[in-house]
Amino acid sequence: MNVTQQIVNAIWLGGVYSLFALGYALVFSVLGVLNLAHSAVFMWGAFIGLTVVTRFSLPIWLAIPVAMLGAGIIGIILDLVAFAPLRRRNAPRISQLISSIGAAILLVNIAQFAFGTQPQRFPSGTIPNQALEGLPFRITPIQVIILIISLVLMALLQYLVMRTRIGQAMRAVAFNQRVAGLLGINSGGIFQLTFFLAGALAGAAGVLYGLAYNSMTPFMGDGVALKGLTVIVLGGLGNIQGAVVGGFLVAALEVFSIAAGSSNYRDAIVFTLLFLILLFRPQGLVGQKIETRA
Amino acid sequence: MALLEINQLHAGYGAIKALRGITFKVEQAQVVSLIGANGAGKSTTLNTISGLIKPAAGTIRFDGTDITGWRADRITRRQLVQVPEGRQIIATMTVLENLMLGAYHRQDKAGIEQDLERIFERFKRLNERRHQKAGSMSGGEQQMLAVGRALMARPRLLMLDEPSMGLAPLLVTEVFSIIADIKEQGIPILLVEQNARKALQIADYAYVLERGEIVHEGRADQLRADPAIISAYLG
Repeated sequence: MNVTQQIVNAIWLGGVYSLFALGYALVFSVLGVLNLAHSAVFMWGAFIGLTVVTRFSLPIWLAIPVAMLGAGIIGIILDLVAFAPLRRRNAPRISQLISSIGAAILLVNIAQFAFGTQPQRFPSGTIPNQALEGLPFRITPIQVIILIISLVLMALLQYLVMRTRIGQAMRAVAFNQRVAGLLGINSGGIFQLTFFLAGALAGAAGVLYGLAYNSMTPFMGDGVALKGLTVIVLGGLGNIQGAVVGGFLVAALEVFSIAAGSSNYRDAIVFTLLFLILLFRPQGLVGQKIETRA
Repeated sequence: MALLEINQLHAGYGAIKALRGITFKVEQAQVVSLIGANGAGKSTTLNTISGLIKPAAGTIRFDGTDITGWRADRITRRQLVQVPEGRQIIATMTVLENLMLGAYHRQDKAGIEQDLERIFERFKRLNERRHQKAGSMSGGEQQMLAVGRALMARPRLLMLDEPSMGLAPLLVTEVFSIIADIKEQGIPILLVEQNARKALQIADYAYVLERGEIVHEGRADQLRADPAIISAYLG
């Protein structure tokens, strides 16, 4: 096994996983609910990006922000339709979880109707895919771009949450919604912002994932959904740094199990890890989750 | 017209009627205290005024505006500010971040800086610990932070819910000296306290709550001398 090569693969794939899982973590930390429609928003991001490139013949560097914006708006609609009405009635968290499953099914069905079920790809030449030369391992420009964009977005998110006024408001709402209200913070607005950000991250991850594997179907979110859950359990639910670390770990596990010749078992290995973490370290690998809740 | 006017306010939690038609007011530059036993409805009163509990009936007017049924954040932005029971500082954030959150709705940067300096001047301990996580501080320091955070909102009326609860006697004295300072600055205060003796020493006027109703009211110095109040609340 070429270890260097596998590490390189794990790093760029980890970038996508982390980006995706951050959306889960963000919503969980601020609202305390798991948004199981997150993977459907991810898929929509990929298709919005694809549409921008194929229908409107715009360059890919424009497709990513457009997909983020579109997926962010889907995130807000998701909140308004699937979460906010339940929140107003003080419905238990489990109803919100189930409501998000319903929303996921609906979003996938609309995508089936709009885009068909056949795998679709970005037109060849969207991003050059010859491996970069002169390196001791194989990496394509797409993979480099994926990694850079993921890291930049993660850094921006970290900055937003930890250093800005609005980020502090998000953390206050995450800590206690009533107290946030007494501080003059409109929790409803913060919830929508959170869903927008989570959607935008999912959208970016969707386009990048679509570019990396160059095959998109309305069901592309399914596989990523459970991996994203593994990532946030691994990192400690609602922990932002944890989601980043978890993303790279899950990607590494997956990449190395494929390289070891057990590609049929790669999901089994990832979910065995999930099971073990839940058993032995339910607070996640990255400790002090309260310290770093968004 | 009084600064805060509560008229026939009813509120509760589901079937439990915690407030049954209470009427009272707070005038400019006045310290008004609500006293009464546990469960009399003191905290419910503050939380209903703050918009955390929707009133079932009655009106709340603040500075001439009817704010009945408003959302909590809107009420705070009107500078009607509550320091909740149990302090409720944000344990995961630093002292400075907590204080800045108090000024969340304000835009005047220079004024915010000025107020921050004043608070650090008054609360030396907070200054020493400004970059420490708020959750790592003692109960007394957290209470100071909670009061400081509320002052950062430039309150036109400050509501304090059990500020001395759970504090050692020395700290209780400290907390009441802080309240006296705030009173001296001319900020009106609505004070909810179980420690009726201390509350009546600092207040100008007081109302006694029992099972969601006001059963006595009067100038604090008169209530302090009233044998019925002494035997029931100051005994």
